[in-house]
Amino acid sequence: MSEFDLFSGTAKYIADASLSRDVNAAVALGRPLLVKGEPGTGKTLLATAVAEALGMTLLTWHVKSTTKAQDGLYHYDVVQRLNDSRFGDGDISDIRRYIKDGVLGRAFKADERVVLLIDEIDKADLEFPNDLLHELDAMSFHVHELDETVAARHRPVVVITSNAEKELPDAFLRRCVFHYIDFPTRDAMETIVRVHFPDVNDRLLEAAIVRFYEVRRVRGLRKKPSTSELIDWLFVLMRAGLDPADVARNVPFLGALLKQEQDTELVERKLGVA
Amino acid sequence: MFADFLVSLRRRGLPVGANEWLAFHDALGKDLIRDLDDLYGVGRALLVHSEGGFDPYDLAFAETFQGAEIQEIADAVKAWLASPVDPAGLSPEAFEQLTGMSLEELRRKFQETLREQKERHDRGNRWVGTGGTSPYGNSGRNPAGIRVGAGGGRSAVQVAEERRYRNYRTDVTIDVRQFKTALRALRSLGREGEEVLDLDETIAETGRQGGEIELVFNPDRKNTVRLVLLMDAGGSMAPYARLVDRLFTAASEASHWKSFDHYFFHNVPYGRLYTDMERLEAVPTEEVLRNHPKDVKVVFVGDACMAPWELTAVGGAIGLWDHNAASGLDWVQRFRRRFAHTIWLNPEPQRFWRHPTIEAIGNVLPMFPLSLDGLRAGIKKLKRGPAVR
Repeated sequence: MSEFDLFSGTAKYIADASLSRDVNAAVALGRPLLVKGEPGTGKTLLATAVAEALGMTLLTWHVKSTTKAQDGLYHYDVVQRLNDSRFGDGDISDIRRYIKDGVLGRAFKADERVVLLIDEIDKADLEFPNDLLHELDAMSFHVHELDETVAARHRPVVVITSNAEKELPDAFLRRCVFHYIDFPTRDAMETIVRVHFPDVNDRLLEAAIVRFYEVRRVRGLRKKPSTSELIDWLFVLMRAGLDPADVARNVPFLGALLKQEQDTELVERKLGVA
Repeated sequence: MFADFLVSLRRRGLPVGANEWLAFHDALGKDLIRDLDDLYGVGRALLVHSEGGFDPYDLAFAETFQGAEIQEIADAVKAWLASPVDPAGLSPEAFEQLTGMSLEELRRKFQETLREQKERHDRGNRWVGTGGTSPYGNSGRNPAGIRVGAGGGRSAVQVAEERRYRNYRTDVTIDVRQFKTALRALRSLGREGEEVLDLDETIAETGRQGGEIELVFNPDRKNTVRLVLLMDAGGSMAPYARLVDRLFTAASEASHWKSFDHYFFHNVPYGRLYTDMERLEAVPTEEVLRNHPKDVKVVFVGDACMAPWELTAVGGAIGLWDHNAASGLDWVQRFRRRFAHTIWLNPEPQRFWRHPTIEAIGNVLPMFPLSLDGLRAGIKKLKRGPAVR
């Protein structure tokens, strides 16, 4: 194993050659890894796997529609300070008491190299990624209230996931290593499922996977079932102790695979099952 | 050859800039690339930023490295190593070995190497695939597109030639979600609506009150964009019905408009606009023009293909009940005059745009193809406003 082949998946996370290669490239080049792909293909789990494989701590920043870039750096709790100044609790002359690190701040200040996951970056405002350009490039930011610069002690391994709800700005994209998670092939899927259910009945697994890809192939689905749904579904099938023949004849517990009523109806009609 | 690759990528519309290209060289220098598969993969990760770019990348990759003799690649590496990007390079002996080697010889070399079964770690040798057992043993990787052993992987060029990412091309396919994503760019924020705590003002005001806390509230920022979508529901639009339907779904489901209205017309708008697709319910176009504020964004969708008189003649409307006192073109111009932010999206492939009525309408309104890229360009235009005429 060379010094660049750091990541090749973990016992619980199956990464194909191309994903491993891109992760290793991102780590070696010190660039953020931007991961896109269908929902449920393990984008978020990837960061956990990378952290595990590299033996680093994982820090996660869940981005929401209201998240601002500043939230990740630090938060100056001015309302608390204002309140304390009026209703007198604690020492308000020490501004540090009111400055709290965000996730990025904690990643920069960490004693060891960490994995930083910025999850679902596209949920935030369109300008959000641009606001983080400098911070991710230079791995430092300035705290205006203290007139201090926080620089990363160890350049974190940054993993960013996106569901492509919004286009990300070009300037941001140029700085990333981009990976698109392909939907697993049937063989790869079998390997993935076996990781989750080591003692699954072979025939049941076979039947379920055949069914699963049949369902995915139905045209016009609003939301195609993905890996995570297949795993849920298999769990239910195993719990219910169903015979593989049932799965081949019918699609029991279709609700575990499809979350939308129209999809359920569509699949039942197209595959001729009830 | 690497320069060719860059040219080929750019010619296919991939915006590969200096930043990406340097990162690519950085990767070459960091020993990340050991064979053509790595070159393909790492190159793609660094040079392409969305799955929409995978297909053009595949084409460029296949074009550049298709049938590439190992010698060419070696020369390219040599040229690259001679450049100051990375002074550490192959040993001269290694180059001696490389130059003049044909594919046939390469195969032989491979077999020898496989027989030798020993790890060699100098960079130059890895490039031609003498890098020990690991690159071939299980994954069947190889530098010049030859399969090594049964059950091995296919070569990068073959993978590239398969064009598996064709369906992700942004200039071809569009679904509702992609339209929505594009439409989200169409917004401008203004202060109105719900009141929220204005922290800066609160602090300033509290200071002015000598520490007595005074809370200040201001309206939140909201999108102020109003959108009017006008769609051609005529017969010639039938092939594009699905596409228009998706755009309509995306626009009506997007929740960020201040207001959203839609109308239908046949070929070109005349004195009346329809509020339903079957063109049964109608409103006077005058009213539509009057009732929408001037800053509304107007998007026409139509193929703009019709007989010339349907566009320019009074009474030229195709529908029996559409007797028009003003020509269709006249109405288009009225829209243009009333609403500065108006564009026309045309689902017809751009190569057919040399049609007289398409050109006539294109002279009045900025016209864009009804594709994801076209919509994006159109939205940019809508945001920027019209050129001064």
